[in-house]
Order: sequence, then structure tokens, then C-alpha cells
Amino acid sequence: VTTLTREPETTTQPDQEPRPASSPARRLGRGWLVLGVVVVWTVLAVVFQGKRTLVIGGADQVGVQNWIGDRANDLVTAGSDNFFLSITSGIADALDAVLQWCQLLISTPAFPSPYPHIGFLGVLAVAWFVTALVAGWRMSVLTAVCFALFALLGFYESSMDLLIVTLVSVLLSVAIGLPLSVWMAHSARARAVLTPVLDVMQTLPSFAYLLPLMLLFGIGGPAAVICTLIYSLPPLMRIASHGLQNLPQTVLEATDSMGQTTWQRLVKVELPMAKRTIIVGINQTTMAALSMATIAAFINGPGLGQPVVRALNALRVGDAFVPGLCIVLMAIMLDRVTTAASEHSEKLNRGQARETAARRAVLLSVAAGITVLCVYASRHYTFAARPWDSSLGDGVSNVVQTVIDWISTNWAGATSAIADGFTSAVINKIEYVLAGSPWFVTGLAILAIAMIVGGWRAAVATVVCLAGLRWLELWNNAMITLTATLVAALVVMILAGVVGVWMGRSRQADRVIRPLLDAGQTLPPFVYLIPVLALFGPTRFTAIVAAVAYAAPPAIKIVADGIKAVSSATVEAAESAGALTIQIITKVQIPMARSAFTVATNQGLLYVLAMVVIGGLVGAGALGYDVVAGFKQLDTRGRGLAAGFSIVLLGVMLDRITTYAARRAEGRA
Amino acid sequence: MRLQKLTVPLAAVGILVAALLPGIGGDIEKADASTTSTCGEVNIAVNNWVGYEADAFVVGEVAQKRLGCLVNYVYVDEQISWQGFASGQVDAVLENWGHPELIDLYVKKLHAAQDAGSIGITGQIGWYVPPWMVKKYPDILDWKNLDKYADLFKTSESGGKGQLLDGDPGFVTNDEALVENLKLDYKVVFAGSEAALIQAFRAGEAQKKPVLGYFYSPQWFLAEVPLQKVKLPPYKDGCDADAAKVDCDYPDYPLHKIVSNQFAAGGSSGYRLVKNFTWSADDQNLVAKYITADGMSPEEAADKWVTTHPDQVDAWLRGTS
Repeated sequence: VTTLTREPETTTQPDQEPRPASSPARRLGRGWLVLGVVVVWTVLAVVFQGKRTLVIGGADQVGVQNWIGDRANDLVTAGSDNFFLSITSGIADALDAVLQWCQLLISTPAFPSPYPHIGFLGVLAVAWFVTALVAGWRMSVLTAVCFALFALLGFYESSMDLLIVTLVSVLLSVAIGLPLSVWMAHSARARAVLTPVLDVMQTLPSFAYLLPLMLLFGIGGPAAVICTLIYSLPPLMRIASHGLQNLPQTVLEATDSMGQTTWQRLVKVELPMAKRTIIVGINQTTMAALSMATIAAFINGPGLGQPVVRALNALRVGDAFVPGLCIVLMAIMLDRVTTAASEHSEKLNRGQARETAARRAVLLSVAAGITVLCVYASRHYTFAARPWDSSLGDGVSNVVQTVIDWISTNWAGATSAIADGFTSAVINKIEYVLAGSPWFVTGLAILAIAMIVGGWRAAVATVVCLAGLRWLELWNNAMITLTATLVAALVVMILAGVVGVWMGRSRQADRVIRPLLDAGQTLPPFVYLIPVLALFGPTRFTAIVAAVAYAAPPAIKIVADGIKAVSSATVEAAESAGALTIQIITKVQIPMARSAFTVATNQGLLYVLAMVVIGGLVGAGALGYDVVAGFKQLDTRGRGLAAGFSIVLLGVMLDRITTYAARRAEGRA
Repeated sequence: MRLQKLTVPLAAVGILVAALLPGIGGDIEKADASTTSTCGEVNIAVNNWVGYEADAFVVGEVAQKRLGCLVNYVYVDEQISWQGFASGQVDAVLENWGHPELIDLYVKKLHAAQDAGSIGITGQIGWYVPPWMVKKYPDILDWKNLDKYADLFKTSESGGKGQLLDGDPGFVTNDEALVENLKLDYKVVFAGSEAALIQAFRAGEAQKKPVLGYFYSPQWFLAEVPLQKVKLPPYKDGCDADAAKVDCDYPDYPLHKIVSNQFAAGGSSGYRLVKNFTWSADDQNLVAKYITADGMSPEEAADKWVTTHPDQVDAWLRGTS
């Protein structure tokens, strides 16, 4: 499993000697400079004592925010008189028709029958058969078990709804993304135009665009599909265009010499050769779509997100856990099946022995026959139409609730002591400097740090983003959100440093930990909130813990791979020179895997930012809360939209600074 | 290989045929289409407090069981539900608390929705403290004395001030403006939901922990722990006209129903039911208690109430057939 988000164009080049541009001495100097900036910043924070921090009242909506809110309200009032809105509502209606058709087919009752057109057993059989066809027999068992569990846990209908939204979004991603990827692969101009667009699409925390989309597409399924699409399109386009661009030139030239047209070349040579990469892209897109489709529950997007949100609202952690478990099952199922499908297609391409092929064909025909029978039965017999029923879901829910209740009554003192202690010792201190300094001091300090670590290009991006933040008039909240992001990212990097180095050095550790990280990465962000919220209540600390849990796996993996890539010859040389293990780690492996650390920081920060915003729901406050409130209250809609833009600016700023820092680390600055 | 290539189209055709084939001896009972012809689909918004859930599911269950309507529960926040009127995703909001700005937009400007009468309950919003605090600090129920006690209400999230705990960010609230305009030494912190408020108040009473929070009636929890309301400067007409300048108590809210114009004009028997629906705060609290304290599903809770109150339900059904 590759990481969901893009990796700034760095390939770890372990054997490369550091270029003069970032000689150790210069790097050390930079470290001192950053420290100097922080010291001056802290002193100024103390001197000015909270003056000019641009705090605005919790429900106030000022200046430019009012203007944004008025424009949004104009749009709603104009309704279908507005040309743009008439187009979006047309799209919404078409999508709604498609979704409803799918729902009647497999999830909601098709009146006058109390069951959908194809009942439970029929759907299970079709899923089983299709998986067997594209991904092999072993995977088909996994699919059947997952479908059975959706029903046994009591969330069959919601699971099917989530599956529909996810698959429709993925199909649209492929329909839109594949042609664009082909274009990107063939035209440098297309790449130049589309790459920054994809950057922004992926840097946007999903919560920030729920509100604008709701205004344009209304509530419900269509808006859910559109917001899922925005989030899930970039991985496919990046991976597919990369795959198409890097095909072996010799094959292309050889087939060109036979006089093929461009179209023939594309359809007969390029697409089939890049098939495997494209399927990897579809896998990534599917996982992204799944995690976003659950968040879309906030705009009444159908699916498993809804019972999770409802149970969280009622503080019934046990009840939230069961649909959360179904989301996890679906993530595992879709991930494994699409991954297996790419391997399977390769195996079939290579061709099989005649007997195996014949046996497979016979088996598939039998399976097809069984499937046809199940579909028929599920349309006419209750036993096949009704989802299997059990008290499994209630049982799981009760056990979880009991455990949580026990922990929260017996450990309440300890958990709140941890949360309060960390909040006052770390979060409040950093917030005091970032959000408690006058805005121009904080702005100049951030700019100075950007200049030192990322060079003048990072500084230019930072100036633009900071100016935007100042203009949107949510400066103080932006700094509070930035604090939470930095604290969480710091913890993520410490974890990545310890666990990643351990995994990079020990094959055994890697073998045990990596599958856990892979599983962690397939979980939608929402799922992380549930247990943390139960333990620590609605506080900033909760949001930070959830963000760390969400961002740590990708960061750890990147560091582990970086450490592993350090050439063994170098390590052996150091060993034979009598270096101690700790010296090898700190003097050889970490410095040589430097660029992996910067990439991990970049990824960690963006993942953390996305999660900290969702944390607005559980007491993290600041920009995340502004987005949520703007989305729920008409009065503060302008402020909510401004908060969404502010989050985007924060994301772009952090991304640019760390990307340019990563390039520097590679000596290409 | 050839056989294998044929499997896919053959299976697809087979599944299609299986789906189209008429059944022999099937046992799925089809609903009787004739009973539903006067109702059709009813999309009821479900907002996120339990009293509302009680309204929605009692009406929904009666619509489904007695009128044969196809009821969809649309789980959305109170203000977002209104957006559903315009797009047809929401037919009825069963408990509206004020929202003059939304009435202005969706009823007067967009002509998407209309009033469908009172539900027979008056709602109140205010600031509450658990009863033990009133015994210990008898003068705490006047807002002028709140600053004196601000230290009691400090938490890790309130930044050195007293904490005023609010509910869901989507609820009707003037609290941020009130704190600012009454110049109180407090900070509004959002618990995030009704359940979180209840949990805070329950723990506050049990462990004698100070809690000052936003709450409202009708609310079944007030019977479990009789929270006491803090007196704010009295409400005068128009004192809450500018949301940022509110410095007075919340008004009384006559809770009422809103339906989409499309639903009202469509002649659905479901619309008559919604229009006829009224009950008392005690009725609502009873169903709400079934759902929360007794852990019933909203459907079960509504069914239990409906079967034990046949006369009231029959009155709602007048004129529907």
C-alpha cells in the first residue's frame, strides 16, 4: 500500500553525498537560526502580553466574512435563477437519479415489496462471484464473509448505501480522471496546469469544502458524491499519469515503427501496459473515497457515517463502534480486493497452463449458476431477501460500552489528569507564543523560519498565505489551529523517528509492525475519534491524540523506508570502524535518510491538519469549530467559509515550506 | 481460455434473466398499493435533540402503520433541514424553535415552505446550574452574581475564565453574544451535543462539581435532576434583533411545524397528520425518556406511546381518510 497523499517529488537518494548547498555546517547553522527566531518570538510574546492578537468574539462575523456570507446567501436566494446554480442542481438531480436507482436495486425497499429489487443473498452472491472473477477465489471468500458480517452486525442497509456512494464516486473518478491522466502523460502543458490543481485538491481538508458544496448541490447523496469525488480524484490521476509516462520507450518505439495511429497506440499498447499501475491508482482512489464518504454524513450523505455521527451525538460509544467496525471491514475488503485484482490481472496476462484455465472456467461457470439462483431466490423468497439477523451487533456494542464505562469511571482521574497536564504543560505554552503574540510578530517569525528552512520560494508562498489569513480576519483562530497541528506533528515525528528507525533497522520489527500500519492507514479518519473521545472528553487534547493516531502510520512508513535505503556498505564501513549502534543511528543512518524525514514531516503535517479540523467537532475549537458552526448556523456562514479558506491557506503554507525544505535536503535547492 | 471469456457475458445475462423472471411460489408479501395511494412518501427531518426525535418518530410511526406512508427519516441539523425544503429532500420539520431569519428566507422569499401550526408546547432556553449549587451559593441564580463565581467554573478549555458549557454548535444560541454584551468573565465552550450536556450536568450533581450550562425545556432530564435556571436580563421585544448585540434572556418559543409547500399542496394524507399533530410536554418527555434512559430504539419508544394513547392518535388521524 502506497501512501494516500502525494509525496513531494523526492526519491531517497541514500548514496548521494550531501552537496555543498546543505553541508553539515550550514545545516547546523540553520538549526541555531531557527532556535534564535523562536527565542526572540517567545520574548516578544511575553513583552507584548497578548496585545494585537486579533481575537474576535466567538459568534462575531466581521468585514470580509460578512461579505462572503452575503454572497453565499445571495446564491441560495437566487436559486435556479442563477445560471451557475441551475447547472449544479441539474448535476445534482442526475446524480440523485443514479443513486436512487442503485439504492432501490440493493439497499432500500422497492415499493410495494419490503425488500430491494435484489435481496441480501442475491447481492452477497453477486459480490462473491465478481470478486472471484477479478481477484481470485481466496478474495471471494473474504468478500462473502464481509457482506455476511454487515448483515449480522445489523448495518446491511447502511453498508450498501456507503458502498453505492463509494463505487459511484470511484466510477466517476475513473471516467473523469483517466482521460485527464492520459492528457497529463502526453502533454507537459497539461501537467503544468493540472499538477497545482491536484496539489490544492489534496491539501484541502475535507471538512472545509462541505459547506460550499452543500450550498451548490444541496444536502444528501449528490453532494456526498461530489465531495467524495474531489477528494478521491487526485490519487488516481497522479498514479495513472505517472504510470503512463514511464512506459518502456523501446516497446513504444517498436510498435510505432509498425505504423500505428495515436489512438491504436493508446488503446492497444499504453493502457494495457500501464494497467497494473492504473489499478493501484484505483485502489488509492477507492480508499480515499471511502474515508470521505463517511464524513459526508454531515450533509446527510447516505451510509455508515450516519449511525456513527448519531451515536456520537448520543455519547453511545458502543453504538458508534459497531458501524465503525463495518467501515473498517469495508475498507479492508475494498483494499484487499483491488490490490489482489491488480496482481490477478497480471497473472492472467502472463497466461496459465491450459488445464488450470479449463478448471477455472468450469468452476466459474458453476459459481455463476449459484449466483443466478441466489439472485432469483432473493427476489421471491423472504429467507433470501431478508438480511441475516443476529444479536452480534448488540453484543459487540454492549461489550464495548461496558469497557468504556468501566474505564471512564475508574480511570476518569488519570485520563483527565493526563489531558489537563499535557494541555497546560505543552499546548497552552506553545499557543501562548503563537496565538498570544501580536499578529505581526507571529507573522514575521513564521516568515523567518520559512526563509531559513525552505529558502526564498518558501518565503514567497508563506507571505501570500499569511496575507490571506490576515485578510480573512480569523488570525487568532488560525494560530490556535496551527498550534494544535504543530504539536500533533511533533509527536508524530517523534514516533516516526523511534518506530521508523527501529523498523528500518530490524527486519523482524518491520514484519510485525507494517501490517498494523497498513491496517491503520485504511481506516477512515472518523473512526479514530470514537475511542479517544470516550477517554478524554471534548478537549483540544482529544483532537491532538486523534490526529496523531491518524498521521503516524504514513510518517512511520516513510522514515522506515528511508532508513532501510541507506546503503548497507556505508553502515558496515561505520561498524568496522568501531562505531557504536547509537552512533551509527545518529551519525550515519538518520543524517543519510534526511530527505525521508522531511517528506515524512510534510505528510505528517497535512494528515494532522486534516484531522485537527475534524477535531473541531470534539472540542478542538478554533478554525475547525468555525467551519462546523458556519455549516450549522446561517448567521455565521460567512465566517465558516472564511475558516475553510483559512485552513486551505494553512495547508498550502505548511506544504510549501516543507516541500522546499525537502528539496534542499536533497541538495537541489 | 475461450470458455473463460464467455463466463462473464453468460453470467451477466443469467443474473439479468434471474432478476426479470417471474417468481413461482414466492413468499414475499407485497404491501397493498391501494392504502398508500393517499399518502406516498413523507420525508421527516430529524434534528439532533431527543425531544425532537420523539416528535419525529411518533408521527413517523403513525404515518407508516396507520396511513401506509413510506417514511424517510432525514438526519440533519436544524438549520440545514430548511435547505431540504427547497430541494425536496425534506417535507416536514416537526419542532421549529424561532428562526425568524430562516422563515424570512424560505417562507417569504423562496416560497418553499409554510407554517403548519403549533405542536402544543412552549420551549424555553436558558442557563442552568445543578441544584446542589443553589443550596451552597443561594445568590448564584442572578446573572449579576455570576462573575463572583467565575473561578468555580474554570476548566482546561476555558482559558482562565469561567466555563459556560453549550451544546451542539447547531442549536439556537445567543450565548457568545450574551457573555460579551453582559461583560461576564466567562468563555463559551461547546460540549458538542445534547448528550454531552446531560452527562456534564449529571456528573456535576453526583460529584458536586460546578457546572454552568446551556439547557432547555421541555427536557426529560429535568425530571431526573431538577436543574435551576439563572435569571438573565428580561426579554423585551426586539432586544435580540441584532444577533451580535443581544443582552437579554431568550424569548419563549411556541414550538411549531414547518412543511414544504410541495408537500402541503400534494394532497397527501401524511400532510393532514402532520398538520393535526399536537401533544404536551409531558407526552414528549415520556417518549424521550423511553429512548434515552430506558435505551429503547426511537421506533420502539414511539410504538409504545402510540399503543397506550389511542384516543390522541385517532384525533390526529381525523380527516386523513
